[in-house]
Amino acid sequence: MTDIAKESLSPPRSFLSQDAIQLFYRLLAVLLICAVLAVLNDSFLSLGNILNVLRQASLTFFIASGLTLVVLTAGLDLSVGANVALSACVAGTVIHTTGSPALGILTGLACGGIVGLLNGIMVTALRIPSFIATYGMLWVLNGLTYWYMAGETLHGFPAGFRQIGSGYLFGLPIPVYLLLVFLGIGTLFAQRTIWGQEIYAIGANPVAARLSGIPVTRRLLLVYAVSGTMAGLASIIFLSRLNSAEADIGESLTLPAIAAVLIGGTSLFGGIGTVFGTFIGALILTLVLNGMNLLAVSANWQPLVTGIIVILAVWLDMKTRRRGQ
Amino acid sequence: MNAPGNAAATPLLELRDISKTFPGVKALDDVSFALYAGEVHMLLGENGAGKSSLMKVLCGAYSADAGEFFFEGKKVTIASTADAQKLGIAVIFQEFSLVPYLDIAQNIFLGREPKGRIPGTIDRRRILADARRLLDTIGFDIDPSVIVNTLGVAQQQMVEIAKAISQNARILVMDEPTAALSDRETELLFALIARLKADGVSIVYISHRMAEVFSLGDRITVLRDGRRIDGVRPADVTPDQLVRMMVGRTVDMTYPRNFADKPGEVLLTVKGLTAASGISDINIEVRRGEIVGLCGLVGSGRSEVARAIFGADPVASGEIVFDGKPISGEPDVAARRGIALIPESRKSEGLALLRSVGDNLVVSALRKLFPSGLFDPRSGQRTADGLIRQLRIATPSARQTVGLLSGGNQQKVVIGKWLAAGAKLFIFDEPTRGIDVGAKSEIFALIDRLVAEGAAALMISSEQVEICHVCDRAYVMREGRVAGHLTRNELTEENIVRLGMHHA
Repeated sequence: MTDIAKESLSPPRSFLSQDAIQLFYRLLAVLLICAVLAVLNDSFLSLGNILNVLRQASLTFFIASGLTLVVLTAGLDLSVGANVALSACVAGTVIHTTGSPALGILTGLACGGIVGLLNGIMVTALRIPSFIATYGMLWVLNGLTYWYMAGETLHGFPAGFRQIGSGYLFGLPIPVYLLLVFLGIGTLFAQRTIWGQEIYAIGANPVAARLSGIPVTRRLLLVYAVSGTMAGLASIIFLSRLNSAEADIGESLTLPAIAAVLIGGTSLFGGIGTVFGTFIGALILTLVLNGMNLLAVSANWQPLVTGIIVILAVWLDMKTRRRGQ
Repeated sequence: MNAPGNAAATPLLELRDISKTFPGVKALDDVSFALYAGEVHMLLGENGAGKSSLMKVLCGAYSADAGEFFFEGKKVTIASTADAQKLGIAVIFQEFSLVPYLDIAQNIFLGREPKGRIPGTIDRRRILADARRLLDTIGFDIDPSVIVNTLGVAQQQMVEIAKAISQNARILVMDEPTAALSDRETELLFALIARLKADGVSIVYISHRMAEVFSLGDRITVLRDGRRIDGVRPADVTPDQLVRMMVGRTVDMTYPRNFADKPGEVLLTVKGLTAASGISDINIEVRRGEIVGLCGLVGSGRSEVARAIFGADPVASGEIVFDGKPISGEPDVAARRGIALIPESRKSEGLALLRSVGDNLVVSALRKLFPSGLFDPRSGQRTADGLIRQLRIATPSARQTVGLLSGGNQQKVVIGKWLAAGAKLFIFDEPTRGIDVGAKSEIFALIDRLVAEGAAALMISSEQVEICHVCDRAYVMREGRVAGHLTRNELTEENIVRLGMHHA
């Protein structure tokens, strides 16, 4: 009984204190990596390099933040990379033909969102497991994009549009602002809206969520649409940054995004994880790649290192969670 | 047979001063326990008394923090399931551990298959013959090549027992083995237990059913709050005495209920409800201030009626009118209108086990508590704290993982989430299943208070005593239809059974 009394005297905290602990460990990991890199290489701590890291992390984060919501519902979206490619090519074509970046941006976001919604329909109405539905979608999107582009490259966009990916504002790259904005929006959405709470509940137990009166189908549609729209956003940044689009740009994007989600502490079984954790995950991935570049280690090692980090992160999470139970 | 209770006889297995602590809970506190060869030893206690923990220590799933084990008088260690297996200890859990897509023989010899002539193959003929012989010894007449997932619960249990026997088990631990069995299946199980006893197998038997404790047990050990309260023989005690030992206080065996003089307005009307889930032409009415029973045999369609009203199963035809207006659609519609379903399987359908008590308590009330759509964790926590106090949910805090609470407290959380949502009609599906005596009467008191305040309840229960004590009236179901209606005066166990049985 004394334990109970003691507990109730402590000030009320968020329901997500377990998550807070895991985020704390992750921030420590980031600091540790930074400290090691700073000692090993003088140029690591330069402003230019740090901004570079943030800018690189932002692209992974945009894709991974939407994906986080999907994973929180115990789903997976394997089509995000292919979605980025299609959306970029569609948006690029619209900008080329209409000359209007605004219209291009809207089309890119809409294209991503519609693809996401289709994923959601397959998962809810057709009851296809998300892993399979989005895996099929990956091929469909690839097929569409290759057919549509027919080996061509879209190139050369208006200078104003290119500012989005490569421009600066008050000394900071514009993608970093976008990163902060969407980190804020994503965190608020997940932690401080009832839809976010319902998404956690669905991931923790979809049957109980439905029988608790949560409109599970509508929430899942929302989550997949958001994931698709974030892929659409990433496609715009990508297009603007590279000033070109090809059919194969998505192929190297999906697996790092999943890695960022997992390193960030979101459980593939659903119900556990945060958007902020995914940001940290994207940061860790980028820092490691950046560090290897600075230390003149071949980037060919990066997949191996990423794999080890993912396995370690998930294993440590499982260990701490088991101890928490 | 070795005489249990003969002080000179050496126990087959003895546990001395076993303790096991989990963060915040002393699950076992200096528990001693002796098991003699060929006896059925009943383990009795409320939920959370330490029965499961003791069982898990016994089979090596938990390692004890302190204490000693003696097997046939010799000191041994049980630190892993392998240790327990070597001593011949086997557990028949409530959830079976069979591989659903393998046949009976493959399941029995899983991992120990006799080798065939060609390396890497299995001697299929021998495995079937061995299984056949084994099934014969336990008197289970079935083809060993039948796939396990086509078997009923009772048959799967038999396969589990056969598997244990094949591993030369000398001690069988059974966790509420009759919970899911019919009367006839229970008789078959008891016959098997008698046969095993005669062969010198000892059985540790966990039960919530008083009748079997007395008909089956040679000795009874009562646990409470992780401590051993007493060890007795069935002949020396009465059921009332045992209940008092379990709860440590005198439990009022009657349930609290203040019957209203006259029922309120009609809240729910179901007309000609038919659904593909197996119910047809259901006509039911529930008024404010009433607890209406929905009884009948398991499988008579009681849960299906509840699910159809709540929108969890699609409705084929018929009309449901709630609070004056027709209702149809998914559970979110029903929940928003003020209907609550407290499902039978609390853990799989009622709760998100890995989330906190607080999260679970507010999940159905999010829209009501936060109409703007913005969630405020502090305000959510305050609501949760209020419910924890109001329902006296035993939890260290709202942040505790709900899966760690006892069954009764988990049930209170499920009810609490609908209180927070402001539900008007509560549909309870077996609200007291797996809940200890004390929590049971608390839950009934709660239901009584709810309906006194103007809500209504539709209660499904297999415990006819509960229905008779608590309900204003009841519908009895048979084969997917309402077979009859019993008023307060007609509400007796005999009438329920008579209406619920075939060819009544």
